[in-house]
Amino acid sequence: MLREVAIVGAGWSGFRSISPDLSYKEMMYEAAVRAYEDAGIDPRRDVDSFVTVAEDFMEGTSIFDEYTPDQLGGALRPNHTITGDGIHGLAAAVMQILTGQFDLVVVEAHSKASNVLTFPHILAYAMDPVYNRPLAFHPYAIAGMEMRRYLAETATPLEACARVVVKNRANALFNPLAAHGANISVEAVLGSDMVAEPLTRLQCADHADGAIVLVVADGATARALTDRPIWIRGIGWANDTHTLESRPWGEASYAYLAAQMAYRTAGIKSPRAEIDFAEIDDTFAYKELQHLEALGFCRPGEAGLWTLEGGTEINGEFPVNPSGGSLGMGHLLDGSGLARVLEVIFQLRGEAGRHQVKDAEVGMAFAWRGVPTTSGAAVILSN
Amino acid sequence: MKEHVYDCTYLSEEDFETEQVLFETWVPQARYAWDAGIAIGRYLAELKAGRLVGVHCPSCGRILVPPRMFCQDCFVSTDGFVPLQDTGTVITFSICHIRWDMVRLEHPLIPAVIAIDGASPGMGILHLLGEVDPKAVRIGMRVQAVWKPPEEREGAITDIRYFKPLE
Repeated sequence: MLREVAIVGAGWSGFRSISPDLSYKEMMYEAAVRAYEDAGIDPRRDVDSFVTVAEDFMEGTSIFDEYTPDQLGGALRPNHTITGDGIHGLAAAVMQILTGQFDLVVVEAHSKASNVLTFPHILAYAMDPVYNRPLAFHPYAIAGMEMRRYLAETATPLEACARVVVKNRANALFNPLAAHGANISVEAVLGSDMVAEPLTRLQCADHADGAIVLVVADGATARALTDRPIWIRGIGWANDTHTLESRPWGEASYAYLAAQMAYRTAGIKSPRAEIDFAEIDDTFAYKELQHLEALGFCRPGEAGLWTLEGGTEINGEFPVNPSGGSLGMGHLLDGSGLARVLEVIFQLRGEAGRHQVKDAEVGMAFAWRGVPTTSGAAVILSN
Repeated sequence: MKEHVYDCTYLSEEDFETEQVLFETWVPQARYAWDAGIAIGRYLAELKAGRLVGVHCPSCGRILVPPRMFCQDCFVSTDGFVPLQDTGTVITFSICHIRWDMVRLEHPLIPAVIAIDGASPGMGILHLLGEVDPKAVRIGMRVQAVWKPPEEREGAITDIRYFKPLE
Protein backbone atom coordinates (compact mmCIF):
# COMPACT_ATOMS: atom_id res chain seq x y z
CA MET A 1 0.00 0.00 0.00
CA LEU A 2 1.10 3.59 -0.63
CA ARG A 3 0.91 4.41 3.07
CA GLU A 4 0.84 2.23 6.14
CA VAL A 5 -2.66 2.00 7.63
CA ALA A 6 -3.56 0.78 11.12
CA ILE A 7 -6.53 0.42 13.42
CA VAL A 8 -5.85 2.45 16.55
CA GLY A 9 -9.17 2.24 18.36
CA ALA A 10 -12.12 -0.12 18.60
CA GLY A 11 -15.47 0.17 20.38
CA TRP A 12 -18.69 -1.75 20.51
CA SER A 13 -22.17 -1.81 21.99
CA GLY A 14 -24.01 -5.11 22.39
CA PHE A 15 -24.46 -7.76 21.25
CA ARG A 16 -27.93 -8.90 22.29
CA SER A 17 -31.07 -10.41 20.77
CA ILE A 18 -33.03 -7.29 21.66
CA SER A 19 -31.94 -3.86 22.92
CA PRO A 20 -35.04 -1.81 23.82
CA ASP A 21 -33.05 0.22 26.37
CA LEU A 22 -31.01 1.96 23.67
CA SER A 23 -32.01 3.68 20.45
CA TYR A 24 -29.75 3.00 17.48
CA LYS A 25 -28.21 6.43 18.03
CA GLU A 26 -27.45 5.66 21.69
CA MET A 27 -26.01 2.30 20.68
CA MET A 28 -23.74 3.93 18.10
CA TYR A 29 -22.74 6.61 20.63
CA GLU A 30 -21.77 3.98 23.21
CA ALA A 31 -19.60 2.18 20.64
CA ALA A 32 -18.07 5.47 19.50
CA VAL A 33 -17.22 6.63 23.04
CA ARG A 34 -15.42 3.31 23.63
CA ALA A 35 -13.53 3.54 20.33
CA TYR A 36 -12.37 7.13 20.88
CA GLU A 37 -11.33 6.41 24.44
CA ASP A 38 -9.43 3.38 23.18
CA ALA A 39 -7.67 5.52 20.54
CA GLY A 40 -7.19 8.48 22.86
CA ILE A 41 -8.74 10.95 20.44
CA ASP A 42 -11.37 13.67 20.40
CA PRO A 43 -13.61 13.15 17.35
CA ARG A 44 -14.54 16.83 17.17
CA ARG A 45 -10.87 17.82 16.89
CA ASP A 46 -8.91 14.90 15.47
CA VAL A 47 -11.00 12.91 13.00
CA ASP A 48 -10.70 13.84 9.32
CA SER A 49 -13.56 11.76 7.93
CA PHE A 50 -16.37 9.44 9.04
CA VAL A 51 -17.46 6.35 7.09
CA THR A 52 -20.76 4.69 7.96
CA VAL A 53 -22.39 1.60 6.56
CA ALA A 54 -26.15 1.06 6.53
CA GLU A 55 -28.97 -0.34 4.42
CA ASP A 56 -32.15 1.76 4.33
CA PHE A 57 -34.52 -1.22 4.26
CA MET A 58 -32.97 -2.60 7.42
CA GLU A 59 -33.17 0.78 9.17
CA GLY A 60 -36.73 1.58 8.11
CA THR A 61 -35.67 5.06 7.01
CA SER A 62 -34.94 6.23 3.49
CA ILE A 63 -31.62 8.00 2.94
CA PHE A 64 -30.59 6.72 6.36
CA ASP A 65 -27.14 8.24 5.78
CA GLU A 66 -28.52 11.50 7.12
CA TYR A 67 -28.94 10.05 10.60
CA THR A 68 -25.41 8.86 11.31
CA PRO A 69 -23.17 11.91 11.99
CA ASP A 70 -24.32 13.31 15.38
CA GLN A 71 -23.78 10.25 17.54
CA LEU A 72 -20.28 9.72 16.09
CA GLY A 73 -19.14 13.30 16.54
CA GLY A 74 -19.37 13.77 12.78
CA ALA A 75 -21.76 16.70 12.45
CA LEU A 76 -20.38 19.49 10.23
CA ARG A 77 -17.54 17.18 9.14
CA PRO A 78 -16.80 15.04 6.04
CA ASN A 79 -19.12 12.01 6.12
CA HIS A 80 -18.98 9.14 3.63
CA THR A 81 -21.99 6.84 3.79
CA ILE A 82 -22.22 3.58 1.91
CA THR A 83 -24.28 0.45 1.68
CA GLY A 84 -22.25 -2.69 1.99
CA ASP A 85 -20.74 -4.73 4.76
CA GLY A 86 -18.66 -3.05 7.46
CA ILE A 87 -15.48 -4.35 5.82
CA HIS A 88 -16.49 -2.50 2.65
CA GLY A 89 -16.66 0.55 4.93
CA LEU A 90 -13.21 -0.25 6.29
CA ALA A 91 -11.97 -0.46 2.69
CA ALA A 92 -13.42 2.99 2.05
CA ALA A 93 -11.55 4.32 5.08
CA VAL A 94 -8.29 2.72 3.93
CA MET A 95 -8.70 4.27 0.48
CA GLN A 96 -9.33 7.69 1.98
CA ILE A 97 -6.13 7.41 4.00
CA LEU A 98 -4.21 6.20 0.94
CA THR A 99 -5.14 9.42 -0.88
CA GLY A 100 -2.95 11.29 1.58
CA GLN A 101 -5.79 13.75 2.27
CA PHE A 102 -6.97 12.03 5.46
CA ASP A 103 -4.91 10.77 8.39
CA LEU A 104 -7.60 9.66 10.84
CA VAL A 105 -10.87 8.08 9.68
CA VAL A 106 -13.70 6.54 11.69
CA VAL A 107 -15.74 3.55 10.45
CA GLU A 108 -19.11 2.54 11.89
CA ALA A 109 -21.64 -0.24 11.28
CA HIS A 110 -24.52 -1.51 13.37
CA SER A 111 -27.57 -3.74 13.56
CA LYS A 112 -31.01 -3.12 14.96
CA ALA A 113 -32.28 -6.33 13.44
CA SER A 114 -34.77 -6.75 16.28
CA ASN A 115 -36.57 -3.62 15.08
CA VAL A 116 -37.35 -5.09 11.66
CA LEU A 117 -40.75 -6.67 12.27
CA THR A 118 -41.19 -8.05 8.77
CA PHE A 119 -37.66 -9.32 8.20
CA PRO A 120 -38.66 -12.10 5.75
CA HIS A 121 -40.46 -9.54 3.60
CA ILE A 122 -37.43 -7.26 3.53
CA LEU A 123 -35.20 -10.20 2.62
CA ALA A 124 -37.63 -11.31 -0.11
CA TYR A 125 -37.48 -7.77 -1.46
CA ALA A 126 -33.81 -8.35 -2.21
CA MET A 127 -34.76 -10.96 -4.82
CA ASP A 128 -35.00 -10.05 -8.50
CA PRO A 129 -38.58 -8.80 -8.86
CA VAL A 130 -39.23 -10.31 -12.29
CA TYR A 131 -37.24 -13.52 -12.52
CA ASN A 132 -37.16 -14.79 -8.94
CA ARG A 133 -39.44 -13.08 -6.45
CA PRO A 134 -42.77 -14.28 -7.86
CA LEU A 135 -41.70 -17.88 -7.14
CA ALA A 136 -42.39 -17.08 -3.49
CA PHE A 137 -39.94 -19.41 -1.75
CA HIS A 138 -38.02 -18.09 1.26
CA PRO A 139 -34.62 -16.69 0.21
CA TYR A 140 -32.96 -19.13 2.64
CA ALA A 141 -33.69 -21.74 -0.04
CA ILE A 142 -30.87 -20.12 -2.01
CA ALA A 143 -28.60 -21.14 0.86
CA GLY A 144 -30.21 -24.59 0.79
CA MET A 145 -29.49 -24.97 -2.91
CA GLU A 146 -25.95 -23.69 -2.55
CA MET A 147 -25.31 -25.94 0.43
CA ARG A 148 -26.57 -29.00 -1.48
CA ARG A 149 -24.33 -28.26 -4.44
CA TYR A 150 -21.33 -27.52 -2.21
CA LEU A 151 -21.77 -30.73 -0.24
CA ALA A 152 -22.18 -32.75 -3.47
CA GLU A 153 -19.13 -31.24 -5.20
CA THR A 154 -16.83 -31.60 -2.21
CA ALA A 155 -18.26 -34.80 -0.65
CA THR A 156 -18.52 -32.90 2.63
CA PRO A 157 -20.64 -34.73 5.21
CA LEU A 158 -23.63 -33.01 6.84
CA GLU A 159 -22.05 -33.72 10.20
CA ALA A 160 -19.22 -31.31 9.37
CA CYS A 161 -21.71 -28.46 8.97
CA ALA A 162 -23.25 -29.35 12.30
CA ARG A 163 -19.81 -29.34 13.92
CA VAL A 164 -19.34 -25.75 12.78
CA VAL A 165 -22.46 -24.81 14.75
CA VAL A 166 -21.39 -26.81 17.81
CA LYS A 167 -17.91 -25.23 17.74
CA ASN A 168 -19.00 -21.63 17.16
CA ARG A 169 -21.78 -21.60 19.71
CA ALA A 170 -19.45 -23.22 22.26
CA ASN A 171 -16.77 -20.61 21.50
CA ALA A 172 -19.41 -17.95 22.11
CA LEU A 173 -19.85 -19.22 25.67
CA PHE A 174 -16.34 -17.88 26.37
CA ASN A 175 -17.07 -14.54 24.70
CA PRO A 176 -18.90 -12.06 26.96
CA LEU A 177 -20.01 -10.04 23.90
CA ALA A 178 -21.75 -12.99 22.24
CA ALA A 179 -25.53 -13.22 22.23
CA HIS A 180 -26.02 -16.88 21.34
CA GLY A 181 -23.49 -18.99 23.20
CA ALA A 182 -24.73 -22.54 23.77
CA ASN A 183 -23.65 -26.07 24.47
CA ILE A 184 -25.42 -28.13 21.80
CA SER A 185 -24.86 -31.43 20.03
CA VAL A 186 -24.41 -32.40 16.40
CA GLU A 187 -27.64 -34.39 16.70
CA ALA A 188 -29.56 -31.36 17.96
CA VAL A 189 -28.29 -29.27 15.04
CA LEU A 190 -29.17 -31.84 12.41
CA GLY A 191 -32.47 -32.66 14.12
CA SER A 192 -33.66 -29.07 14.42
CA ASP A 193 -36.50 -27.84 12.22
CA MET A 194 -35.85 -28.16 8.52
CA VAL A 195 -35.69 -24.71 6.89
CA ALA A 196 -34.64 -25.39 3.29
CA GLU A 197 -33.15 -28.83 2.82
CA PRO A 198 -30.45 -29.68 3.69
CA LEU A 199 -30.30 -26.53 5.86
CA THR A 200 -31.77 -26.86 9.36
CA ARG A 201 -32.81 -24.08 11.73
CA LEU A 202 -29.75 -24.27 14.00
CA GLN A 203 -27.42 -23.95 11.01
CA CYS A 204 -28.74 -20.43 10.34
CA ALA A 205 -27.29 -17.59 12.42
CA ASP A 206 -29.86 -15.73 14.52
CA HIS A 207 -29.69 -11.97 14.49
CA ALA A 208 -28.42 -9.67 17.21
CA ASP A 209 -28.40 -5.93 17.86
CA GLY A 210 -25.14 -4.06 18.28
CA ALA A 211 -22.77 -1.43 16.94
CA ILE A 212 -19.06 -1.35 16.17
CA VAL A 213 -16.85 1.70 15.68
CA LEU A 214 -13.22 1.56 14.53
CA VAL A 215 -10.63 4.33 14.35
CA VAL A 216 -8.23 3.98 11.41
CA ALA A 217 -5.02 5.97 10.93
CA ASP A 218 -2.01 6.31 8.67
CA GLY A 219 1.26 4.87 10.00
CA ALA A 220 2.73 8.05 11.47
CA THR A 221 -0.49 9.05 13.20
CA ALA A 222 -0.95 5.49 14.46
CA ARG A 223 2.52 5.38 16.01
CA ALA A 224 1.94 8.75 17.65
CA LEU A 225 -1.34 7.57 19.17
CA THR A 226 -0.51 4.07 20.36
CA ASP A 227 2.31 1.60 20.89
CA ARG A 228 0.12 -1.28 19.79
CA PRO A 229 -1.49 -0.43 16.46
CA ILE A 230 -3.21 -3.22 14.55
CA TRP A 231 -1.87 -3.01 11.03
CA ILE A 232 -4.03 -3.45 7.96
CA ARG A 233 -1.77 -5.54 5.70
CA GLY A 234 -4.24 -6.04 2.90
CA ILE A 235 -7.88 -5.55 2.05
CA GLY A 236 -9.94 -6.81 -0.86
CA TRP A 237 -13.51 -7.15 -2.05
CA ALA A 238 -15.34 -8.78 -4.93
CA ASN A 239 -18.77 -9.62 -6.27
CA ASP A 240 -19.83 -12.51 -8.46
CA THR A 241 -22.83 -12.27 -10.80
CA HIS A 242 -26.13 -11.55 -9.09
CA THR A 243 -28.03 -13.93 -11.34
CA LEU A 244 -29.15 -17.02 -9.50
CA GLU A 245 -29.41 -18.75 -12.85
CA SER A 246 -25.71 -18.68 -13.68
CA ARG A 247 -23.71 -18.83 -10.48
CA PRO A 248 -21.00 -21.33 -9.65
CA TRP A 249 -23.17 -22.80 -6.89
CA GLY A 250 -20.59 -25.03 -5.30
CA GLU A 251 -17.80 -22.54 -4.71
CA ALA A 252 -17.65 -19.01 -3.31
CA SER A 253 -15.83 -17.20 -6.14
CA TYR A 254 -16.43 -13.80 -4.54
CA ALA A 255 -14.56 -14.96 -1.44
CA TYR A 256 -11.67 -16.31 -3.51
CA LEU A 257 -11.31 -13.06 -5.44
CA ALA A 258 -11.67 -10.81 -2.37
CA ALA A 259 -8.99 -12.83 -0.56
CA GLN A 260 -6.63 -12.87 -3.54
CA MET A 261 -6.85 -9.08 -3.71
CA ALA A 262 -6.05 -8.82 -0.01
CA TYR A 263 -3.21 -11.38 -0.28
CA ARG A 264 -1.64 -9.52 -3.20
CA THR A 265 -1.52 -6.31 -1.17
CA ALA A 266 -0.23 -8.09 1.91
CA GLY A 267 2.31 -10.14 -0.07
CA ILE A 268 0.88 -13.39 1.26
CA LYS A 269 1.70 -16.47 -0.82
CA SER A 270 0.64 -19.26 1.53
CA PRO A 271 -2.35 -18.15 3.61
CA ARG A 272 -2.42 -21.17 5.91
CA ALA A 273 1.25 -20.83 6.78
CA GLU A 274 1.31 -17.05 7.06
CA ILE A 275 -2.02 -16.40 8.82
CA ASP A 276 -2.62 -17.67 12.35
CA PHE A 277 -6.44 -17.61 12.64
CA ALA A 278 -9.53 -16.29 10.89
CA GLU A 279 -12.90 -14.77 11.65
CA ILE A 280 -14.97 -15.60 8.60
CA ASP A 281 -18.60 -15.40 7.62
CA ASP A 282 -20.72 -18.26 8.99
CA THR A 283 -24.21 -16.86 8.37
CA PHE A 284 -25.04 -20.46 7.49
CA ALA A 285 -22.88 -23.25 8.90
CA TYR A 286 -21.77 -24.60 5.50
CA LYS A 287 -20.58 -21.09 4.61
CA GLU A 288 -17.73 -21.33 7.10
CA LEU A 289 -16.50 -24.45 5.31
CA GLN A 290 -17.06 -23.09 1.80
CA HIS A 291 -15.36 -19.81 2.71
CA LEU A 292 -12.40 -21.57 4.36
CA GLU A 293 -11.74 -23.31 1.05
CA ALA A 294 -12.33 -20.23 -1.12
CA LEU A 295 -10.01 -18.15 1.05
CA GLY A 296 -7.27 -20.68 0.43
CA PHE A 297 -6.84 -22.03 3.95
CA CYS A 298 -7.41 -25.55 2.65
CA ARG A 299 -8.32 -27.30 -0.60
CA PRO A 300 -11.91 -27.84 -1.76
CA GLY A 301 -13.41 -30.70 0.19
CA GLU A 302 -10.94 -30.46 3.08
CA ALA A 303 -12.69 -27.93 5.31
CA GLY A 304 -15.31 -30.36 6.56
CA LEU A 305 -12.82 -33.04 7.54
CA TRP A 306 -10.52 -30.43 9.06
CA THR A 307 -13.43 -29.22 11.18
CA LEU A 308 -14.42 -32.75 12.22
CA GLU A 309 -10.81 -33.38 13.30
CA GLY A 310 -10.95 -30.26 15.50
CA GLY A 311 -8.37 -28.33 13.45
CA THR A 312 -10.44 -25.13 13.49
CA GLU A 313 -11.20 -25.04 17.21
CA ILE A 314 -9.68 -22.37 19.46
CA ASN A 315 -6.82 -24.67 20.43
CA GLY A 316 -6.62 -26.29 17.00
CA GLU A 317 -4.05 -25.85 14.26
CA PHE A 318 -5.98 -22.95 12.67
CA PRO A 319 -8.67 -21.40 14.89
CA VAL A 320 -11.73 -20.25 12.95
CA ASN A 321 -14.26 -17.92 14.54
CA PRO A 322 -12.89 -18.07 18.09
CA SER A 323 -15.42 -15.31 18.85
CA GLY A 324 -18.27 -17.66 18.05
CA GLY A 325 -18.83 -16.11 14.63
CA SER A 326 -22.27 -14.99 13.56
CA LEU A 327 -23.71 -18.32 14.73
CA GLY A 328 -22.48 -17.65 18.26
CA MET A 329 -22.35 -13.85 18.52
CA GLY A 330 -25.48 -13.19 16.48
CA HIS A 331 -25.69 -11.95 12.92
CA LEU A 332 -25.35 -8.16 12.87
CA LEU A 333 -26.65 -7.51 9.35
CA ASP A 334 -24.08 -5.24 7.69
CA GLY A 335 -22.29 -4.88 11.02
CA SER A 336 -21.24 -8.54 10.81
CA GLY A 337 -17.92 -7.87 9.08
CA LEU A 338 -16.82 -5.33 11.69
CA ALA A 339 -17.76 -7.81 14.43
CA ARG A 340 -15.30 -10.21 12.77
CA VAL A 341 -12.66 -7.44 12.59
CA LEU A 342 -13.30 -6.51 16.24
CA GLU A 343 -12.49 -10.06 17.31
CA VAL A 344 -9.32 -10.12 15.20
CA ILE A 345 -8.25 -6.91 16.95
CA PHE A 346 -8.90 -8.43 20.40
CA GLN A 347 -6.94 -11.55 19.45
CA LEU A 348 -3.96 -9.62 18.03
CA ARG A 349 -3.84 -7.44 21.14
CA GLY A 350 -4.05 -10.50 23.37
CA GLU A 351 -7.28 -9.16 24.89
CA ALA A 352 -9.61 -12.00 23.95
CA GLY A 353 -9.71 -13.49 27.44
CA ARG A 354 -11.07 -17.01 27.65
CA HIS A 355 -11.29 -17.35 23.88
CA GLN A 356 -7.73 -16.10 23.26
CA VAL A 357 -5.83 -17.86 20.47
CA LYS A 358 -2.19 -18.67 21.26
CA ASP A 359 0.51 -16.71 19.42
CA ALA A 360 -1.93 -14.67 17.35
CA GLU A 361 0.13 -12.39 15.11
CA VAL A 362 -1.71 -12.33 11.78
CA GLY A 363 -5.47 -12.73 11.39
CA MET A 364 -8.05 -12.48 8.65
CA ALA A 365 -11.62 -11.22 8.78
CA PHE A 366 -13.99 -12.07 5.94
CA ALA A 367 -17.59 -10.92 5.42
CA TRP A 368 -20.37 -11.96 3.06
CA ARG A 369 -23.55 -9.90 2.67
CA GLY A 370 -25.84 -12.91 2.91
CA VAL A 371 -28.49 -14.28 0.55
CA PRO A 372 -29.13 -13.53 -2.20
CA THR A 373 -25.80 -11.68 -2.62
CA THR A 374 -22.38 -12.70 -3.87
CA SER A 375 -20.73 -9.79 -2.14
CA GLY A 376 -17.61 -10.46 -0.09
CA ALA A 377 -14.85 -8.47 1.61
CA ALA A 378 -11.63 -9.60 3.29
CA VAL A 379 -9.03 -7.87 5.44
CA ILE A 380 -5.72 -9.09 6.81
CA LEU A 381 -4.54 -7.63 10.10
CA SER A 382 -1.36 -8.03 12.14
CA ASN A 383 0.02 -6.78 15.43
CA MET B 1 -39.96 10.23 -32.84
CA LYS B 2 -37.29 11.20 -35.31
CA GLU B 3 -34.93 12.43 -32.64
CA HIS B 4 -34.70 8.88 -31.21
CA VAL B 5 -31.85 6.77 -32.42
CA TYR B 6 -33.03 3.23 -31.69
CA ASP B 7 -34.17 1.15 -34.60
CA CYS B 8 -37.28 -0.33 -33.03
CA THR B 9 -41.04 0.00 -32.59
CA TYR B 10 -41.99 2.66 -30.06
CA LEU B 11 -44.70 2.18 -27.46
CA SER B 12 -47.97 3.99 -28.02
CA GLU B 13 -50.61 5.12 -25.57
CA GLU B 14 -52.79 2.30 -26.89
CA ASP B 15 -50.16 -0.26 -25.94
CA PHE B 16 -50.49 0.81 -22.31
CA GLU B 17 -54.30 0.96 -22.40
CA THR B 18 -54.61 -2.51 -23.90
CA GLU B 19 -52.03 -3.88 -21.48
CA GLN B 20 -49.59 -4.78 -24.19
CA VAL B 21 -46.96 -3.36 -21.85
CA LEU B 22 -46.19 -5.80 -19.05
CA PHE B 23 -45.40 -4.95 -15.46
CA GLU B 24 -44.41 -6.93 -12.42
CA THR B 25 -45.92 -5.47 -9.25
CA TRP B 26 -45.10 -6.17 -5.63
CA VAL B 27 -46.39 -4.48 -2.50
CA PRO B 28 -43.68 -4.39 0.15
CA GLN B 29 -44.55 -5.14 3.74
CA ALA B 30 -41.98 -3.15 5.64
CA ARG B 31 -42.86 -2.77 9.29
CA TYR B 32 -40.53 -1.58 12.01
CA ALA B 33 -40.67 -0.90 15.75
CA TRP B 34 -37.86 1.51 16.54
CA ASP B 35 -36.43 1.20 20.04
CA ALA B 36 -36.99 4.58 21.67
CA GLY B 37 -34.11 4.12 24.08
CA ILE B 38 -33.35 6.59 26.88
CA ALA B 39 -33.71 10.04 25.32
CA ILE B 40 -36.68 9.49 23.02
CA GLY B 41 -38.34 7.21 25.57
CA ARG B 42 -38.27 9.89 28.25
CA TYR B 43 -39.40 12.55 25.76
CA LEU B 44 -42.43 10.49 24.75
CA ALA B 45 -43.30 9.64 28.37
CA GLU B 46 -43.19 13.35 29.24
CA LEU B 47 -45.38 14.21 26.26
CA LYS B 48 -47.92 11.71 27.55
CA ALA B 49 -47.83 13.60 30.85
CA GLY B 50 -48.35 16.88 29.02
CA ARG B 51 -44.83 18.23 29.44
CA LEU B 52 -41.89 19.12 27.21
CA VAL B 53 -38.36 18.28 28.36
CA GLY B 54 -34.89 18.97 27.07
CA VAL B 55 -31.44 17.80 28.13
CA HIS B 56 -28.42 19.68 29.49
CA CYS B 57 -24.93 19.51 27.99
CA PRO B 58 -22.30 19.81 30.76
CA SER B 59 -19.71 21.03 28.25
CA CYS B 60 -21.36 23.86 26.32
CA GLY B 61 -24.12 24.35 28.88
CA ARG B 62 -26.85 24.36 26.25
CA ILE B 63 -30.33 22.95 26.84
CA LEU B 64 -31.03 20.72 23.85
CA VAL B 65 -34.46 19.72 22.56
CA PRO B 66 -35.61 17.19 21.42
CA PRO B 67 -33.58 15.25 23.98
CA ARG B 68 -30.52 13.21 23.01
CA MET B 69 -27.98 11.41 25.15
CA PHE B 70 -25.05 13.27 23.62
CA CYS B 71 -24.30 16.81 22.52
CA GLN B 72 -23.47 16.65 18.82
CA ASP B 73 -21.24 19.73 19.09
CA CYS B 74 -19.17 18.69 22.12
CA PHE B 75 -19.45 14.89 21.82
CA VAL B 76 -20.05 14.44 25.53
CA SER B 77 -22.93 12.72 27.29
CA THR B 78 -25.76 15.01 28.33
CA ASP B 79 -26.22 14.93 32.09
CA GLY B 80 -29.89 15.34 32.86
CA PHE B 81 -33.40 16.20 31.76
CA VAL B 82 -34.64 19.76 32.12
CA PRO B 83 -38.32 20.80 32.16
CA LEU B 84 -39.23 23.28 29.43
CA GLN B 85 -42.19 25.58 28.78
CA ASP B 86 -44.76 24.60 26.18
CA THR B 87 -44.43 28.04 24.65
CA GLY B 88 -42.00 29.29 22.05
CA THR B 89 -41.14 31.41 19.06
CA VAL B 90 -41.51 30.56 15.37
CA ILE B 91 -38.03 30.24 13.80
CA THR B 92 -39.35 29.40 10.34
CA PHE B 93 -42.50 28.01 8.74
CA SER B 94 -44.11 27.06 5.47
CA ILE B 95 -47.71 26.98 4.31
CA CYS B 96 -48.00 23.55 2.76
CA HIS B 97 -50.81 22.94 0.28
CA ILE B 98 -50.12 19.26 -0.31
CA ARG B 99 -50.14 16.33 2.10
CA TRP B 100 -47.18 13.93 2.28
CA ASP B 101 -48.89 11.68 -0.29
CA MET B 102 -49.44 14.55 -2.75
CA VAL B 103 -53.14 15.04 -1.97
CA ARG B 104 -53.97 18.73 -2.45
CA LEU B 105 -55.29 20.21 0.78
CA GLU B 106 -58.28 22.50 1.07
CA HIS B 107 -56.91 23.83 4.36
CA PRO B 108 -53.12 24.00 4.17
CA LEU B 109 -50.88 22.59 6.89
CA ILE B 110 -48.47 25.03 8.52
CA PRO B 111 -45.30 23.18 9.56
CA ALA B 112 -43.05 25.33 11.71
CA VAL B 113 -39.87 25.07 13.75
CA ILE B 114 -40.55 26.53 17.16
CA ALA B 115 -37.76 27.63 19.51
CA ILE B 116 -38.98 26.34 22.87
CA ASP B 117 -38.87 28.62 25.90
CA GLY B 118 -36.34 27.28 28.38
CA ALA B 119 -34.14 25.66 25.70
CA SER B 120 -31.04 27.29 24.25
CA PRO B 121 -31.37 29.68 21.31
CA GLY B 122 -31.94 27.93 18.02
CA MET B 123 -33.17 24.76 19.75
CA GLY B 124 -36.61 24.09 18.38
CA ILE B 125 -39.06 21.35 17.75
CA LEU B 126 -40.81 20.78 14.46
CA HIS B 127 -44.59 20.86 14.72
CA LEU B 128 -47.69 22.38 13.14
CA LEU B 129 -49.39 25.72 13.73
CA GLY B 130 -53.16 25.91 14.19
CA GLU B 131 -55.98 28.27 15.12
CA VAL B 132 -54.28 30.87 12.96
CA ASP B 133 -54.92 32.52 9.61
CA PRO B 134 -52.01 31.31 7.41
CA LYS B 135 -51.60 34.85 6.15
CA ALA B 136 -51.01 36.06 9.70
CA VAL B 137 -48.10 33.70 10.50
CA ARG B 138 -44.77 35.47 10.90
CA ILE B 139 -41.21 34.56 11.87
CA GLY B 140 -40.88 35.52 15.52
CA MET B 141 -44.55 34.84 16.32
CA ARG B 142 -45.09 33.69 19.91
CA VAL B 143 -46.98 30.38 20.15
CA GLN B 144 -48.15 27.82 22.72
CA ALA B 145 -48.84 24.08 22.51
CA VAL B 146 -52.44 22.88 22.31
CA TRP B 147 -52.46 19.48 24.02
CA LYS B 148 -54.80 16.58 23.53
CA PRO B 149 -56.80 15.77 26.68
CA PRO B 150 -54.82 13.41 29.00
CA GLU B 151 -56.96 10.36 28.22
CA GLU B 152 -56.20 10.69 24.49
CA ARG B 153 -52.43 11.05 24.85
CA GLU B 154 -50.38 8.03 23.90
CA GLY B 155 -46.75 9.13 24.24
CA ALA B 156 -46.32 10.52 20.75
CA ILE B 157 -45.40 13.82 19.13
CA THR B 158 -49.08 14.10 18.16
CA ASP B 159 -50.01 14.39 21.86
CA ILE B 160 -49.58 18.06 21.00
CA ARG B 161 -52.25 18.84 18.39
CA TYR B 162 -50.48 21.99 17.20
CA PHE B 163 -49.12 25.30 18.45
CA LYS B 164 -51.42 28.35 18.39
CA PRO B 165 -50.60 32.04 18.65
CA LEU B 166 -50.11 33.30 22.22
CA GLU B 167 -52.43 36.13 23.03
